[in-house]
Amino acid sequence: MVRLFGPLVGLFFAVALLWSFGNGAYTAITEPAPVTAEHEFHLHPKELDLASNGAFGRFDKQQLQRGFQVYKEVCATCHSLKQIAFRDLKAIGYSDAEVKAIAKQWATKATTFNPVTGDRGERDNIASDRIPTVYYAGQGVPPDLSLMTKARHDGGAYVYSLLTGYQEQPAELLKKFPDSKTPDGLHYNPYFANLNLAMPAPITTDGQVTYSDGTKASVDQMSKDVSAFLVWTAEPKLDKRKQTGWAVLGFLLMATVLAYLAKKNVWADKH
Amino acid sequence: MSFPWANEYKPGNGLTQWLDEKLPLPRFVYNAVGAGYPVPRNLNYMWNFGVLAGFCLVLQIVTGVVLAMHYAANAGVAFDSVEHIMRDVNWGWMLRYAHANGASAFFVVVYLHIFRGFFYSSYKAPREMIWLLGVVIFLLMMATAFMGYVLPWGQMSFWGAKVITGLFGAIPLIGVPIQEWLLGGFAPDNAALNRFFSLHFLLPFVIAGVIILHIWALHIPGSSNPTGVEVKTKSDTVPFHPYYTAKDGFGLGVFLLIYCAVLFFGPNALGHPDNYIPANPLSTPAHIVPEWYFWPFYAILRAFTSDFFFIPAKLMGVLAMFSAILVWFFLPWLDTSPVRSGHYRPLFRKFFYLLVIDILVLGYCGGAPAAEPFVMISQLASMYYFLHFLVILPLVSSIEKPEPLPFSITEAVLGKDESAVLNANPAAA
Repeated sequence: MVRLFGPLVGLFFAVALLWSFGNGAYTAITEPAPVTAEHEFHLHPKELDLASNGAFGRFDKQQLQRGFQVYKEVCATCHSLKQIAFRDLKAIGYSDAEVKAIAKQWATKATTFNPVTGDRGERDNIASDRIPTVYYAGQGVPPDLSLMTKARHDGGAYVYSLLTGYQEQPAELLKKFPDSKTPDGLHYNPYFANLNLAMPAPITTDGQVTYSDGTKASVDQMSKDVSAFLVWTAEPKLDKRKQTGWAVLGFLLMATVLAYLAKKNVWADKH
Repeated sequence: MSFPWANEYKPGNGLTQWLDEKLPLPRFVYNAVGAGYPVPRNLNYMWNFGVLAGFCLVLQIVTGVVLAMHYAANAGVAFDSVEHIMRDVNWGWMLRYAHANGASAFFVVVYLHIFRGFFYSSYKAPREMIWLLGVVIFLLMMATAFMGYVLPWGQMSFWGAKVITGLFGAIPLIGVPIQEWLLGGFAPDNAALNRFFSLHFLLPFVIAGVIILHIWALHIPGSSNPTGVEVKTKSDTVPFHPYYTAKDGFGLGVFLLIYCAVLFFGPNALGHPDNYIPANPLSTPAHIVPEWYFWPFYAILRAFTSDFFFIPAKLMGVLAMFSAILVWFFLPWLDTSPVRSGHYRPLFRKFFYLLVIDILVLGYCGGAPAAEPFVMISQLASMYYFLHFLVILPLVSSIEKPEPLPFSITEAVLGKDESAVLNANPAAA
């Protein structure tokens, strides 16, 4: 039975596939899929050399603090960072007192609700609070940035490329794809998946942020620093992970060598 | 059943003797994976993957049970509870990465185990039942892995669930009601997430049960081996312990080295970035792709782009995708060659390697966007897939002239087997 029906079933699927293939090939020849502006002008992220890159890389805490400052002074106007609590900032080198001060001075206040009176109000943030959610009324929906660098391919480099990639729409693009002109209120950026995004260039001028460690706050530097910071927010345990990894691999390597020698010993008389 | 020369369990002291009389569990283990199980002496490293698959299941259950203590199966908080595990639970990041990559490792190991079965025809009589149970395990694994991927409630979780449950909607007449019944709604939401979590917790224990049957069925004829020649005499076998426990120990070490390298240095390499975006029913990802281990079957699903007579393309795709695995159930009766091992089957061997390449091509196309030329390539590759199992394999079996087999396993290992010359009666050896 199997040998009778088997080949018939096989031929059934094969013929159906051939039919699909033929139709597909015919369409591909008669109506080739149109080339889109995204397809031709979208760019992959630039190289970004961060201290945390690679199997031996470790976070540069000084850079993370600068990146946090850029986030606080530039990005936080529109973007939330809801997975991060103020207390987490201790991991990038702030002291308890500094964390408390940062929380207290944070521009967006924590919301309160009094269950007795039903009153809603505000209070200063404390160290155990998450960085408060920002509500944005303008065009577009600014995404939460906590996991941004893990939610995009090559995330750190992507953020850096996006921040430094704003430009005029190329004339070549307009000539070839007249319908793809950047709509009003959007901004052209070849590193963004569909080339146009609602966010205007956020980091535009050197010295937009004044770094306390004396680093020159060029547009490029600020973009790098905030990208490094967002790599940390997406994976605060990155250093710990790599450190553990080397210990684990070291142990396993020794155990595997021992297991190999044991195997050789056991099998010595059987080959 | 075991071979007459199998070592017998002898309790070493009063306690084990007492235990052996009341509940002979040590005897059971001794006969199952101890010195009481004689195994062909010539098993190569392709025979390590059964034990490794068992290890992966234990790993998944242990990490999964602990993760379930911290995870919240509610569409409102599931995503954040996973981030809570990553950030605030002690070693939570390691547990989660171990579990997510453990699923991939499990599939790598099981695919190698299955392809070992293809090459050495491990499915042939008298081992058909082992093979059938193995295919059942694989189907259960696929269901478990799919539901597990939904739990973080990211974009790919949501849209993967939508696409896969949508497949049931392709069934004529009753499809859409079935789909709604499975989801507990019109689209994946809290009801679906909760039942997926419940089933994701249950199914691994069902898998463990079927694995017990798989090993039980294995112990009746005993393990196959690379020559495909059955065990004849004691000199053809070695006791499982210490010979294969030692060999599996080394295999486990190599496996763990590779697994941990991925876990600690590239834990997101096999995942999709979109799953770090919270599920959003209003925003469809540009390319919805499942995890890599489903890619070959996903390519077959998507290969059917035109209606075939009165059968809609989507239904054809669903039928083909399920048939692609169901066909494995019939393998013992499709491959009729009396020779098991691919080593002695020159024509079969060529088609076997072609199948490996074909499935790799399907895998690549399944992960690629649904655009040309990938669709056309996957159509040709799917065609070969079905023809291989249903037409080529029976044909090759009947026309191929196999190469001569060794007299025995001992001869295959040592180059000579004294019992072949001296004694034709295997029982006396």
